[in-house]
Amino acid sequence: MASSPYMIELREVTHAYRTKAGPLPVLDSLSIKIPENSFAAVVGPSGCGKSTLTRLVSGLMKPNEGQVWLHSQLVTSPRPTVGMAFQNPVLLEWRTILQNVLLPMEIVRSPMSRAEAEARARHLLELVGLKGFEDKRPSELSGGMRQRASLCRSIIHKPDVLILDEPFGALDAFTREDLWCTMHDLREEEPFTCLLITHDLRESVFLADQVIVLSGRPAHAQYVLEVDLPGKRSLDDLYSPRAVEMLAILRHQIQVAQGRATDADAPLDGHPAAEAHA
Amino acid sequence: MSDTLRKILAPTIFIVGILALWEWAVWYNQLPDYRMASPSDLIPRYIRFWDLFLIKSWETLWRTVAGLGLAVVFGTLIGMIMGFSRFAREGLYPILVGFNAIPKATVVPIVALMFVGQHDFNTVLIAFLISFFPIAVSVSIGLSTLEPEYRDILRSLGASNFTIFWKIALPKTLPEFFGALKVAVTLAFIGTNLMEIVSPHGRGLGDLFDSGRISADYPLMFAVLFALAALGILLFYAIVFLERIFAGWAERSPG
Repeated sequence: MASSPYMIELREVTHAYRTKAGPLPVLDSLSIKIPENSFAAVVGPSGCGKSTLTRLVSGLMKPNEGQVWLHSQLVTSPRPTVGMAFQNPVLLEWRTILQNVLLPMEIVRSPMSRAEAEARARHLLELVGLKGFEDKRPSELSGGMRQRASLCRSIIHKPDVLILDEPFGALDAFTREDLWCTMHDLREEEPFTCLLITHDLRESVFLADQVIVLSGRPAHAQYVLEVDLPGKRSLDDLYSPRAVEMLAILRHQIQVAQGRATDADAPLDGHPAAEAHA
Repeated sequence: MSDTLRKILAPTIFIVGILALWEWAVWYNQLPDYRMASPSDLIPRYIRFWDLFLIKSWETLWRTVAGLGLAVVFGTLIGMIMGFSRFAREGLYPILVGFNAIPKATVVPIVALMFVGQHDFNTVLIAFLISFFPIAVSVSIGLSTLEPEYRDILRSLGASNFTIFWKIALPKTLPEFFGALKVAVTLAFIGTNLMEIVSPHGRGLGDLFDSGRISADYPLMFAVLFALAALGILLFYAIVFLERIFAGWAERSPG
């Protein structure tokens, strides 16, 4: 059982839920490799076990079979070096935005002093465009602003792994694109390794270094796309021929995962997951 | 008309109006004191028995608050157990419902026999028994309906169950808790008076009410009713005041 050279690695992870009708397999020997400071997006048909994946990587759940490695350590329980954000921003209504962002600092042991942590929280809030809202209650903010605050909370304790479970899913299209750019700004400011679960193919191409397409349930990595958009990305890049081509490949792979198309009518380029991980 | 002015003026006008109507109805129908008291009959009773009213009110008040305090502690505890353990919830719920279904007037003589002579204890016990149910139910529902994401944001950082309860579950349940407390305070108050009247032992406003009944002092009985109402309002708004302090965040500003 050698340790892992990757920041996040899943090795042959198989998992099933127990239900009244017998075991419900969700993941079937799923293998994923994410190098340090890189950004991976996971896409797949509805109900293919994407959220199960986040719970396994964060250590909230243990897989039936296979291993999850974070930072060359085997994951057996939750770890304070992980940050999480969900589709629901889950801000605590009785706290101000600043206090909400500082919540993880009350749980994890950190070399940061109280004052340093607060300064960092204020800085992050400014970075995501929430300067002046530090002392407001979550109910006074719009959905997009709450999600921004939730992102700040997920990285306040400088986690080395960030797990995002469809954090932009419930937002309108313009707010969503705004937040994509915010994600790039945050990564530029301080690099982190990120695992993003999403339904949005454009989002995956715009944000990620690799896009992993999961097959239908029980899911394995059906296809891995290395995103090769050069330099700092802008929203315009999504309309470049290369991006359009990648989106076509991903869309096709999703249809394959849904069982509505076969590999025979695939657009060119890319490589099947089996080869990529050989 | 300004908001504050209306908030004071509207209840005042209605109270004065109703009292005037009552006074007129008694006068118009020529009802004697022993059939129906009128508001003007009450004032002499307050003047004559003011010291009794103060002493008896205090006795009723502290016993109600003690019973409610027990209900808060015990109800929260039961609610926590039911909220966190599905096994305990399914086991305890039918028992609680069954116990709550028993009319407490029937429990009073039993309690009075079991702890004969312990009047203060008995009264606090009845106030407690009648009022803990809504607290237990609201706490257990508040805890068991906590969205899993709320748990996960702390659990994913390795927080203990106690930390999750203290930082998230408890504050998140406070609005429901205070909602139940408003019901419970009224119930506890009823419980105290039930004991004072059904099992007379010479204490509380219930005793003063009973004295009025025995001596056929109808205006005194009415005077006690008003004192009870005043005390009930006081207790209710004390809870509202606490709610503003501890769960004021749940109140959204209009608009």
